[in-house]
Amino acid sequence: MTWILILEQCLNSLQFGLMLFLLVAGLTLIFGIMDLINLAHGSLYMIGAYLVATFAKASDSFLLAVLLGLAATAVIGMVIEALVLRGLYKRDHLSQVLATFGLILIANETTRAIWGVQPLSLNVPQALSGSVELLPGLHYSAFRLAIIVVGLAVAALLYFVVVRTRVGMLVRAGASNRKMATAMGTNIKWLFTAVFGAGAALCALAGAMLGPLLVVQVGMGENILILAFVTVVIGGIGSMRGAFIGALLVGVVDTFGRAFVPTLLRTGLSPSLADAAGPSLAAIAIYLLMVIVLFWKPQGLFPAGS
Amino acid sequence: MNATLLETRALCKRFGGLVATDSVSLSVRRGECHALIGPNGAGKTTLIGQLSGSLRPDAGAVHFDGRDVTRLDAPRRAKLGFARSFQITSILNEFSVLENVSVARQAVSGSSFRFWRRVADETTLATEAMAVLRQVGLEGLASRHARGLSHGEHRQLEIALALATQPQLMLLDEPMAGMGPDESERMVQLISGLKGRYTILLVEHDMDAVFRLADRISVLVAGRIIATGTVDEIRANAEVKSAYLGEEATN
Amino acid sequence: MLLLLRHGWVVAACLFALAFPPVATWLGQDFYIGVASRVLIWALLASSLNLLVGMGGMVSMGHAAFFGIGAYVVGIVAMDAPQWSGMPIALPLAMLITGALALAIGAICLRTRGVYFIMITLAFAQMLFYIFISLKSYGGDDGMQLAERSPLGGFDMSNDTVFYYLVLAILALSLLILARLRDSRFGRVLLGIKDNEARMASLGYATYRFKLTTFVIAGALGGLAGALMANQNGFISPNMLHWDQSGTTLVMIILGGLGSLWGGLAGATIFIVLEESLSAATPHWQIALGLILLGVVFFAPKGIAGLFARKPR
Repeated sequence: MTWILILEQCLNSLQFGLMLFLLVAGLTLIFGIMDLINLAHGSLYMIGAYLVATFAKASDSFLLAVLLGLAATAVIGMVIEALVLRGLYKRDHLSQVLATFGLILIANETTRAIWGVQPLSLNVPQALSGSVELLPGLHYSAFRLAIIVVGLAVAALLYFVVVRTRVGMLVRAGASNRKMATAMGTNIKWLFTAVFGAGAALCALAGAMLGPLLVVQVGMGENILILAFVTVVIGGIGSMRGAFIGALLVGVVDTFGRAFVPTLLRTGLSPSLADAAGPSLAAIAIYLLMVIVLFWKPQGLFPAGS
Repeated sequence: MNATLLETRALCKRFGGLVATDSVSLSVRRGECHALIGPNGAGKTTLIGQLSGSLRPDAGAVHFDGRDVTRLDAPRRAKLGFARSFQITSILNEFSVLENVSVARQAVSGSSFRFWRRVADETTLATEAMAVLRQVGLEGLASRHARGLSHGEHRQLEIALALATQPQLMLLDEPMAGMGPDESERMVQLISGLKGRYTILLVEHDMDAVFRLADRISVLVAGRIIATGTVDEIRANAEVKSAYLGEEATN
Repeated sequence: MLLLLRHGWVVAACLFALAFPPVATWLGQDFYIGVASRVLIWALLASSLNLLVGMGGMVSMGHAAFFGIGAYVVGIVAMDAPQWSGMPIALPLAMLITGALALAIGAICLRTRGVYFIMITLAFAQMLFYIFISLKSYGGDDGMQLAERSPLGGFDMSNDTVFYYLVLAILALSLLILARLRDSRFGRVLLGIKDNEARMASLGYATYRFKLTTFVIAGALGGLAGALMANQNGFISPNMLHWDQSGTTLVMIILGGLGSLWGGLAGATIFIVLEESLSAATPHWQIALGLILLGVVFFAPKGIAGLFARKPR
């Protein structure tokens, strides 16, 4: 019984970690190349989820909804980049924090204005609503399995693009040496708009995939943004490898923390103390991980240019 | 009192695959003006960084007045008597010229963990700062905003900051960078006046200035010291000529 | 006389602040005395953050943690140790605890720079937020009530006007301390570090120590603000620690003037006025606020107080 539980949590960790990776990939590159801290990254995730949910209701096809949602969010992302973020690249971090905080306010309230305060429902597509028996006794949701497959596929695609194409090389060069990137002139500007658009699409994909599992509501972006930031810090800014490993690590610690810490505590401490401390410790497990990593490696595990 | 004030032993520093400092063993005698020359990219500023404490070497040691200071950071070395001027001007842009030097004086005049008394009331700091400004010729610009100075005046302020803490050792990183002939001449006169009173490690590209100021010269090429000697010895050194001076001589 | 004229608006603000409660009572608008107290407490919080960000150059997105914990100290003491709930004990205790916490958190965070620093301060504050949400015995995410305001000698703290003057006095004292600090040796070093840390280090300043000290002072003052807010509202919520709160406080100081002594007070006032007037105009006022924020960042980065700043010589 316990082995099944552990395997299940491993799969959950993988699923969560891969989705986190989608969010973090774009975030860490923008951090690394443009030294831009973007608090509104979570808003793209939210917008993506809302758009996919709306298209899904309208078209009855989850796949079509996802494709449309990705495209729409990518466009929105690129517009935001061109209008607002471009003016922030040369500014100090405080200005970036304030401007992107303003973007969050605008995004959240606009979403509320358009869709209202009630959460939207985004349903698991019919085809994936069952469960798959992976091993005798281990039944896993088909949808979650699909998330893992999609996540791995996207990770592989990103790896290919970043490591094996010329565009990817430019991006990596920029991430590890910003001066070189800015010296490369105006073509780079459009490259970054494209990178940002790609990052926005990834956010939308994560939003679409996690939407059926979590709740599609205003504020969902901020909740996951914190996790994304922690992951970037743990993995190291500007590094895709760091983003991937960091995301998986965070996925594991968070999932296993929530699943097992309360039970573990109950074996050692009194039930009331365990019940009080359990959920808190589980919630902060990731932050403790971040503190430990930073103590040992102040630049994260795999910073770009290392 | 050691005759050798600053000494490095097999100092090494790599950046990824690039070897910036390749087993550098250098010694600077007390009271001398020791010049460090070499082509662009030889690793001179990286070496200065390891001497001042802002960069950690990967291997080797730095000794100051007989004491191993390799593990000490820049502020601690400054307290021991190091001072540095930066190749790319590094001053307090939002302060006035006088305040810049005053802050430097403050660093060596008692604790700065004082929260109530107005520092502007400390006339000693201001007087001492003015004296330093007079030494470098900036006294007329004392109340000017540091940001608004000309390039040459910025370089003078760099020297003033290095002097203000009354150091034993001055690490001057290309003080004449970007200066025209008149300004360079003034800088040479200034540094010439400091010789003997301070031990100076001077990084410079301006060969005229180097030959006029230096007691001894070390030549750094691709992270390695290829020669150390007096001005005449270095001028006569064939390897140095081909590696570096050859280009300078024909220019 | 000239000095008085140049600082005319400061004098006017002081007179206004002193006269506010009797005037409000006379106009039958007692309710606004509580609002004014809140503005003054935000001003204290914003001023403490302005020390850290505006003078120290340390952009922290986790300052709300100290605000919230200062409030919780008051609430927890009132619940578990009511013999200590008097103002003369509760307020310094809040400052002591938040100061100690700031020392611990700052010691870790200040080993990082730039973007890392912003994110690690954010993460620490969120960590504390989640801890307080999970503390069921202190209300969890519902928060906790404060039965009565911390007593102070012969004064009737439940009277809004009396409490207002206490807050005003504390704010005035804090601003005095911050003003002296700015002009002191410490203040000058801090400004130097913000300007060019490498240069300051090469002059012999142990910059880490100066930054950590600033972090602690800012944290303690933030905790004081939190303790006062708990008293003002009679209610303590984990949302006081949420990074939304940190963000809002940053907004206040950019509106009021980054790094200026009056930036906190100006910013808190402007923010409250903006919030009140915008929300009266439209339910979607946050869009307007966001746009204003973008406008300030791009077109008036020095905020309102910056318009009055002396030009560099």
